[in-house]
Amino acid sequence: MSKYECPCGYVYNPAKGDYENGIEAGTAFKDIPDTWVCPLCGAEKEFFEKMD
Amino acid sequence: MYKPVEIAKGIYNVGCRDWDIRDFHGYSTYQGTTYNAFLIVDEKIVLVDAVKKEFTQELLDNISAIVDPAKIDMVVSNHTEMDHTGALPALMDRIGIEKPVFCSKMGEKNLKEHFTGNLNLRSITDGEDLSIGQRTLTFIETKMLHWPDSMFTYIKNEGILFSSDAFGQHYAGDAMFDDEAGEEIMSHAAKYFANILLNYAPRVEQLLATVKDSGMKISMICPDHGILWRKDPGVIIDAYARWSRQECEPKALILFDTMWESTAAMARQVARGIESQGVGVRIMNTRKCHRSDIMTEMLDSKALVVGSPTLNNGIFPVVADVMTYIKGLRPKNRMAAAFGSYGWSGEAVKILNREFETMGLEIVTPGLAVKYVPDADDLARSFEMGETIGQKINTAFAKGKPIT
Repeated sequence: MSKYECPCGYVYNPAKGDYENGIEAGTAFKDIPDTWVCPLCGAEKEFFEKMD
Repeated sequence: MYKPVEIAKGIYNVGCRDWDIRDFHGYSTYQGTTYNAFLIVDEKIVLVDAVKKEFTQELLDNISAIVDPAKIDMVVSNHTEMDHTGALPALMDRIGIEKPVFCSKMGEKNLKEHFTGNLNLRSITDGEDLSIGQRTLTFIETKMLHWPDSMFTYIKNEGILFSSDAFGQHYAGDAMFDDEAGEEIMSHAAKYFANILLNYAPRVEQLLATVKDSGMKISMICPDHGILWRKDPGVIIDAYARWSRQECEPKALILFDTMWESTAAMARQVARGIESQGVGVRIMNTRKCHRSDIMTEMLDSKALVVGSPTLNNGIFPVVADVMTYIKGLRPKNRMAAAFGSYGWSGEAVKILNREFETMGLEIVTPGLAVKYVPDADDLARSFEMGETIGQKINTAFAKGKPIT
């Protein structure tokens, strides 16, 4: 599963998820709900770019 | 000849005062602002941060009063925003384009997106040390305080923290230090926090905890705007801790706009109702008060009460402007309520309630919409709405006696 980077530099790592905001470890970026935003800067999902 | 102030032995504030600016990217600056930049003269000569492009020559003159700019060995860029980097390209031509500019990883990326040319950017890692002779600089990443590139530069030896925009204030005066400026400076610092940092309050909390745990000694905080905190840096650190926890006062902020004085009349009654419960209140007309001043009042208000006429089936445009601004700065732990007059259709209250919901505010009354001109009953209901808000605030604070 790919990591995705926010323009602010935050990296979403599917292996870790985003526990504090209700995203379980092992969740692929595409499976994160569209209501989720970057926990660092608040940007919406569409602004993230695939890293590998 | 003017000589820049030596803030500590061998360290000078070579920045510039912008006396005239009154609108700083939409933030009202009634007392102008400053762009602080610091020259550290050690075995290596280091410039920490630059200034806005228009002040390039003044910065060069200030540096020249201490050393020939060409003798500067390296520059540190704590933050990419142009009020601290606009001067960089012309400045580096004078200092030497091959000299390194130290910045965070995101700083490297962002500086490249601001300036073409061949700046010799050197990205640091969080916590990295750089010896400059007698002193060691430590770079501390402070991502999203308030840009992705933001970082602090810390001198262990003297305990001086160059904090970029954090702890700053838009203020230009003859004072350079907290002890010279006095109490007045705190209102500028509060306005700065409310308008620039409130949306990153959780990160401020994290950062303050990290700094506390690290046992870092801080004898002076040097922000890039306004006065430097040397007398008691704890004062501004404590204020940041309080503001970032979003602790409020038993106070309601009423902002409103009005077309034919109907919503204004309601606003005054709502305010009286709130006051009748011994709760503080502040009324601000959105067409007469600057949004950044409204935001400053929001910082310590427990409730946001918004009055808007319905115009063309929507909320009043100026109210929408201010609401967009407040929403982006993410105030938390607050109550909200809406009211307003309308003619044939009355959507404003409903729309405002929906906004409050997305903002995560607790709606404490369903709101009050009045057709055309409020009569005595409508004004009484406005007063009652204010009473309810006041009571809810009192309950939240579990204190405050109603005035009878």
